Amino acid sequence: MPDAPGLELIAQGIEEGRQNTVIETSFEHDRATLVVNPEGVLHVLTWLRDTPEQGYTFLASVHAADYLPATPRFAVHYELLCRERVERIHVKALLEDPAAANGDSPSEAGLPEIDSCTELFPTADYQEREADDFFGIVFRGHPDLRRIAMPDEYVGWPQRRDFPIGGEPVLYTHNEIEAPRWFE
Amino acid sequence: MEVERQSLRARQLRARDLLRGDLEGKDLEEYVEERLLTTTLENVLNWGRSNAIFPMTFGLACCAIEQISLVTSRYDIARFGAEAFRATPRQADLLILSGRVSIKMAPVVRRVYDQMLEPRWVMAMGACSSSGGMFANYAVVQGADKFMPVDIHVPGCPPRPEAVLHGLNKLQRLIRGRPDLGWRQRYNAVGTEEWARFESGKPTQEALDRAAAAIRSVDEGEGENA
Repeated sequence: MPDAPGLELIAQGIEEGRQNTVIETSFEHDRATLVVNPEGVLHVLTWLRDTPEQGYTFLASVHAADYLPATPRFAVHYELLCRERVERIHVKALLEDPAAANGDSPSEAGLPEIDSCTELFPTADYQEREADDFFGIVFRGHPDLRRIAMPDEYVGWPQRRDFPIGGEPVLYTHNEIEAPRWFE
Repeated sequence: MEVERQSLRARQLRARDLLRGDLEGKDLEEYVEERLLTTTLENVLNWGRSNAIFPMTFGLACCAIEQISLVTSRYDIARFGAEAFRATPRQADLLILSGRVSIKMAPVVRRVYDQMLEPRWVMAMGACSSSGGMFANYAVVQGADKFMPVDIHVPGCPPRPEAVLHGLNKLQRLIRGRPDLGWRQRYNAVGTEEWARFESGKPTQEALDRAAAAIRSVDEGEGENA
C-alpha cells in the first residue's frame, strides 16, 4: 500500500505524462485511491503498470458502481496489485450519465462510455462485460461486448439504482382487502 | 400367543394341502376366497405408482443439499420406495425443484419437465421455488408455477428432509387419488381465515357459506387440498 505521500508522488508522475488526468487523490482506511478523468484512464493504468518503480502489473478487479443522486453518476473502479511489494492501489474513473444531462431515456441519449483496458490487462474482458451487463457502461474497444450474466435479449441494466427491485408482493390471506379473491 | 401359533400351523397345513392338490370342492373355494382381494385396475396402478416413484437427479441450489441427505441412511427415502434417483428425465417421474429458479434456468427446468414421461409429478421444495422466497429481484422467477405445473409445495428455507418426506407422503396420497384435506378442513376451521374475519374479527356469513360449499365439494371427491 503506498502511503499518503507516496500516493501524491504517483499522482505527480501521472500528471507529468498527461495533464489534468488525476482529479483527486484520497487516502482513507489505509487505502490509496486515485480519482481520474475517464479520458485518461488508459494512461493511468499504463503508467502504473509499465513504470519500473511502480510495477502494478496485476489487475485484481474491474467493477462499476452507481451513485445515483450524485453527479457524476457512475464510476468504474480498477483495483491494481503490485505483486513484488504486495501493494494495492485503487483507480476510480467517474462517468457522467448522458441521459441525466438532457433528460432523455438511455436509449436516446446514449450510454456512459469509457476506454476498455483489455489491451493492457486481458483479464478485464469478462469483468468489463459484467459492468456493461449490469450498469450499461460501454467500454470502447472491447473485443466482444455482450451481456454475460443476464439473458441476451434482456432489456435494461438491473444493478442501476433506478432499476425497479422486481419480484412480486407476497400475498397472505390478510391481503384480501387489496387484492380480493387473489387465491382463486 | 398359543392360539396364534396354532392358527398359523393350521394355515400352513392347508397351504401344503393346496400345493399337493389335496384341497377340493368347498375347501378349495373357501381357501381361494380367503386370499382374494378385489380392486380396480386403476387403484392397483396408482398404488404401484405411488410406491415406486423415480425422482430426477436434479439440484438447483442449497435445497439440493437437503435433497441429497434424503437418500442417506438417516432419512432413507427408500422407506417410501423413491430411492432410485434417475439421471435422465426419460426415466424419472418426480421432479423436485430444490432451490431458486433463475430466469436463465427456467427454460432448462421447463425442458427437463417436458422430457419426462407421463405420469409425472413436480414438487416445489422450499420457499424459493414456491414463491421466489427471499429473492424478490430481477434474476429469480417468482415461483416455479409461473411456467410449469406444480403438484405439491413444501415450505421451509430449506425444508428439513423430514418435511420433504412428509411432502412425498402427501404426494403419494395424491397419486392414489385420495389427497389429504387442508388443515382447515381437517380441524373444522374453515371460515377462520384472516380474510374471512377481517372486518369484525368473526367469520362473515358469506365466508361460512363459501366454506360449507368447499367442504361439500371435498366430501364429494372434487377437492384437491393436498
